[in-house]
Amino acid sequence: MAKVVEPDPEFTKKVINGGPGGDTLMACYQCGTCTASCPSGRLTAFRTRQIIRRAQLGLKDEVLPTEELWLCTTCYQCVERCPREVEITDIIFILRNMGVQAGYMSEQHKKIGESMLKIGSTVPFGDDMKELRKKMGLPAAPPTTAGDPKAQESFRKVMEITGFDKLMKGGKK
Amino acid sequence: MSGKYALFLGCVAPYRYPGIEKSTREVFKHLGVELVELEGAGCCPAPGVIRSFDQTTWLALGARNLALAEKKGVDLMTICNGCFGSLFEANHVLQHHPEKLKEVNEVLAKVGMKYNGTVKVRHFAEVLYKDIGMEKIKAQVKNPLSYNVAVHYGCHFIKPSRVKHLDDPERPRILDELVEATGAKSINYKDKIMCCGAGGGVRSRNSSTALKMTEEKLKNIKKVNGQLILDVCPFCHLQYDRSQKDLPGYNIPVVHLSQLYGMAFGLPRNELGLEAHEVKFNL
Repeated sequence: MAKVVEPDPEFTKKVINGGPGGDTLMACYQCGTCTASCPSGRLTAFRTRQIIRRAQLGLKDEVLPTEELWLCTTCYQCVERCPREVEITDIIFILRNMGVQAGYMSEQHKKIGESMLKIGSTVPFGDDMKELRKKMGLPAAPPTTAGDPKAQESFRKVMEITGFDKLMKGGKK
Repeated sequence: MSGKYALFLGCVAPYRYPGIEKSTREVFKHLGVELVELEGAGCCPAPGVIRSFDQTTWLALGARNLALAEKKGVDLMTICNGCFGSLFEANHVLQHHPEKLKEVNEVLAKVGMKYNGTVKVRHFAEVLYKDIGMEKIKAQVKNPLSYNVAVHYGCHFIKPSRVKHLDDPERPRILDELVEATGAKSINYKDKIMCCGAGGGVRSRNSSTALKMTEEKLKNIKKVNGQLILDVCPFCHLQYDRSQKDLPGYNIPVVHLSQLYGMAFGLPRNELGLEAHEVKFNL
């Protein structure tokens, strides 16, 4: 028996209103230029056109939990070539945000989010790097949040206000 | 605004490839352009991951960085495509959607900051090309180069072109001309404008897919005997440099445009930070 997937029209509306670019969703007429231009789709099962179509149809569960949604490198090649000026990359961001809100997040990505909260960066900064910087005639810490606890505190506070800390714990904002 | 720029360092350059930071500082000093320090700046924030997780947080942290530059009264200059993409696009949203600017300022007010939307976000390669110009650059070349260079544009420098308007997204020329100003030759190769594979959170979540894309690029560069890979993004730089450890048969050094200019301007090699690279520079 074929599986019947129930569309969710509310999901489509949420994508359209989910942020800048969302309102271009329904302009897609499925020509497939995006899929043909996608360097990630060349190597994987990621099909840009399919994700856009599923979003149009309200097939929420066929989009948000999928690994394919996370294979886009946000290279904008599809956006450059889309004859309908669909803001495809913006729509991918909206869908990913909805996926994260729904609790779909990989362990690797959770760690990056935690690193942002803890040290104000996605990249760790160790003593070996401080030594190398000094050797080169640079200050051990650059004039960023890395060497400035007060700045790091204001950076972290912004993330608390927007609810990013709760989001990384898997809870909804 | 004045001919000064607030140097936005980001994370990968200062914390992974400090030679890029050092070379940028020295190169702009040689060109007589003042770089203002952006004390307290944070992660841009990373467009592929943080923007994918939560656009509200992405916009608020971006606005925090933009507000720091606004307070200095100068435009913000990045040395990374990722930082450029994030901050340019965040700025674009804030300048075109007053309700978003208002929302973000409600957040910033709680940390004693405000953004009015007056800053311009610039990429250092664009500043070199448009503001400084070829003549001044060529005048600084003390050590003309003769390498066959494979230019990698990356994605977030030129694209999306309908908001950035910097160059033709299919056949850009800016970087080729900037490279050839040193005497080096910019070579053509298949899929030159293709992504390195690292962006969009793919490197962290699905490293094997990222690696396959990088290998595709390396294969095409090797086929035409590229002697070095030239980037304008520390994250593409990292992807090319570190991936070659896992890809037998590849040993193509990777340099950031600031490092190439450092070589051409006659800076001591040990100030370019090439020893932090996985692929040793022995040309």
